[in-house]
Amino acid sequence: MLERLRALRGGESETSGDPAIDALRAVLGDRAKLDSARQALHSHDASVFEDGNSGPVCYPETTAEVQAIVRIAREHQRSIVPRGAGTGLAGGAIPLGAPVVVAVTRMNEIFEIDEDKRVAWVGPGVINLDLTRQLQPRGYHFAPDPSSQQVCTIGGNVGNNAGGPHCLAYGVTNAHIVAMEVVLPNGEVAMLGSVDGETLGYDLRGVFVGSEGTLGIVTKVAVRLTKNRPEVRTLLLSFDSVTDAAQTVSDIIADGIVPAALEVMDHKITVAVENFVNAGYPRDAAAVLLAEVDGLSAGVDIDAERIGEIGLSNGATDVRLAGSEEERALLWKGRKTAFGAIAQIAPDYYLHDTVVPRSALAGVLEQIYEIADRYELIIMNVFHAGDGNLHPLIVFDGREPGVLDRVHAAGGEIITASLEAGGVLSGEHGIGVEKQKFMNLLFTDDDLDHQNRLRQAFDPGCRTNPGKVMPVGHSCADIQSLKRRPTGVWG
Amino acid sequence: MTALLATSDPVLLEFAELVRTEGKVAVEGNRTRWDVGGMLDAEARVLSAPEGIVDYKPDEMTAVVRAGTTVAELHAALAEKGQRSALPERGGTVGGALAVGESDFRSLGRGLIRTCLLQIRYVSAEGRIISSGGPTVKNVSGFDLPRLMVGSLGTLGLMAEAIIRTNPIPPASQWLSAPGVPTRVVADAVLAPSSLYEHEGTTWVQIEGHAADVTAEIAVLKNSGDFDEVDAPDETQRPAPAPKIAVDAVVSALNDQIKRNFDPDGRLNPGRDVLAA
Ligand SMILES: Cc1cc2nc3c(=O)[nH]c(=O)nc-3n(C[C@H](O)[C@H](O)[C@H](O)COP(=O)(O)OP(=O)(O)OC[C@H]3O[C@@H](n4cnc5c(N)ncnc54)[C@H](O)[C@@H]3O)c2cc1C
Ligand SMILES: Cc1cc2nc3c(=O)[nH]c(=O)nc-3n(C[C@H](O)[C@H](O)[C@H](O)COP(=O)(O)OP(=O)(O)OC[C@H]3O[C@@H](n4cnc5c(N)ncnc54)[C@H](O)[C@@H]3O)c2cc1C
Repeated sequence: MLERLRALRGGESETSGDPAIDALRAVLGDRAKLDSARQALHSHDASVFEDGNSGPVCYPETTAEVQAIVRIAREHQRSIVPRGAGTGLAGGAIPLGAPVVVAVTRMNEIFEIDEDKRVAWVGPGVINLDLTRQLQPRGYHFAPDPSSQQVCTIGGNVGNNAGGPHCLAYGVTNAHIVAMEVVLPNGEVAMLGSVDGETLGYDLRGVFVGSEGTLGIVTKVAVRLTKNRPEVRTLLLSFDSVTDAAQTVSDIIADGIVPAALEVMDHKITVAVENFVNAGYPRDAAAVLLAEVDGLSAGVDIDAERIGEIGLSNGATDVRLAGSEEERALLWKGRKTAFGAIAQIAPDYYLHDTVVPRSALAGVLEQIYEIADRYELIIMNVFHAGDGNLHPLIVFDGREPGVLDRVHAAGGEIITASLEAGGVLSGEHGIGVEKQKFMNLLFTDDDLDHQNRLRQAFDPGCRTNPGKVMPVGHSCADIQSLKRRPTGVWG
Repeated sequence: MTALLATSDPVLLEFAELVRTEGKVAVEGNRTRWDVGGMLDAEARVLSAPEGIVDYKPDEMTAVVRAGTTVAELHAALAEKGQRSALPERGGTVGGALAVGESDFRSLGRGLIRTCLLQIRYVSAEGRIISSGGPTVKNVSGFDLPRLMVGSLGTLGLMAEAIIRTNPIPPASQWLSAPGVPTRVVADAVLAPSSLYEHEGTTWVQIEGHAADVTAEIAVLKNSGDFDEVDAPDETQRPAPAPKIAVDAVVSALNDQIKRNFDPDGRLNPGRDVLAA
């Protein structure tokens, strides 16, 4: 992440002179904030993109308060941007055009755990890992486990249709959201989906997940409870080449095994992680494959053995089965702290996210290394290999003049290489402001026009998270005019 | 340059030609759920969607299939490679199953139908081919129109070609039934049944997995109720799909707005109403 120096000065002004702010304060009191420090803090997310500019930052605690905020913004013709923990990597929560930032982090109550229906009703501000911790004692968990799960929110997971290592077998967020209450851009409250069965009409619950905060604000979510697996086997396979690791992944899937997780780390990231946490990874391997199977006792042993065999037949130099829960936890700790580990190498990173067919993994990785050489950048690879979801990690020092241009150019080539291999733009981070300009590579104007029709059915005025997802040239995407805070807005 | 998802398949282009740019038009599959959502407007021209399996990649767990292909034909091809899909195989076509959007009664094991559609190509009210989604199993690239199409009854677009996610068929399977065991008791007892329902006082369970695990789960079930191994249930032993739950005025209005945005003149599958299905 870019090190940002910010002036932590400024404070609440007594009278704003702006009727919209006065109206927000009348509803929220001092939970409607307009101080420069807080605005600066909310002008970016965890991505490397240019800061936006934030209007007032609001911290609602109830659906009624969210509804009031949306209505006030609408009345005063201001836009809004929903925000969770701000860990998004595609710039989805970056405010463009000084919108009201609606930070739902205080809506973090777990309302109900219904074991009969296997769902829990939670606020959008509940932290992903907190939810799983609350469910664990009852024998359940929330399956999507993004690497950022210690801080990211369920609302943000819904916004980006988040994934994680264990989504290979269990599916990404969309498969785990049964129903949700949302405040629509027109200020009405709607219930999408139902915990009691299928609803009439189009699958609006389904289209809302992954819509990156452009269709409204999620205020309550019914998440599916996944039963904990009694048995788990975790293997670490080492390889002399990334190609062998990638081939092993393809062969495991082709063999009819659906592992809980199949994660690959290349040499550079493995060494970085090892220096950081001592997870017991081999420092000399060109790539390691972390494979996990879970379920009942007979099947996990059969599958684990088969995975070992497939690895060896592809030239694995070592196959290790975690012998204890501690060893297993350590192996996962290595994988999950990979992003912390790179801080020792360079102060900044840009984590990419594309998906390619599994059979194309090895070829695209080779191209990525070639791109790294050409741009004289360090690119490490740690990724959800089981579903072909690449995460090339460009590490750099943002203080080096001109480096950001090289980082973006190399990133563009990675995206193009992935698409040309039959892949897609994003597996879990979304489009945000990051990949708008690449949408035209994948989709025709007609395709994008239809996406826009869906968006406009929810938000005809384009006031909810404007300037995101759709490329310039389509309505709701006119970011040029949003770059600067319009004079006179928010004092 | 042309967009990578653009299609030049002459079969699809010809289908788009047949849809034309005006006049009421509908697609028929095998008419196994023909009147869901209301009777078709008698003025509508009725077309068939293109047929055929275009590309099946078992090791990617994806199949590109034209919408007029029967689910049975697709599943026969998948079974040769030890795979299946979440589409219900009840005499209909791939496009019909997606348009109706009901899940198989074994969806706990196979997945819900809405999760199996990775990419869709449909013909719009303007007679254009629209593509959305993508060929990979994981994807968040723009608004999720495949989700919108599942259960849309052909009212937003006429489906021409789909990419369906496939899954391995587990090595062993066993059905069991018992009188009057609450489904919650079964759900708590076994790890992940592939089907579980109660019908006319009888509880039905399907267990799938490695043979030794299936055997172990059968023992667990027999401890929790009077379960016997049985053949797979026939038509009379399954409940009809539960009626869908009505939505309120706010959600109805949103549905209507979507329909207006996609099909302003109401030419696609006229007479069908997703809110009346
Ligand atoms: C180190 C690191 C590792 C990561 N690893 C993963 C990973 O493994 N898998 C993965 O999928 N992602 C990963 N991410 C990305 C990010 O953490 C996820 O996308 C996460 O779901 C974002 O949650 P958030 O609460 O931070 O949302 P934010 O960043 O605040 O928002 C994300 C988007 O959702 C919208 N949004 C937020 N709340 C709401 C709401 N209540 N209603 C409507 N829209 C809303 C926002 O407008 C925005 O467009 C990682 C990020 C980091 C920094
Ligand atoms: C005894 C019986 C039991 C059944 N049980 C189940 C079940 O449990 N679960 C289940 O899901 N289904 C069930 N079905 C329905 C059946 O499985 C159908 O597969 C399927 O849903 C409809 O397929 P079809 O090709 O016959 O469609 P049709 O009946 O021909 O068409 C249904 C609707 O979809 C539209 N449509 C068809 N093709 C397209 C297309 N390409 N593009 C756009 N719109 C299109 C039609 O215009 C029509 O409105 C059952 C059917 C029978 C006869």
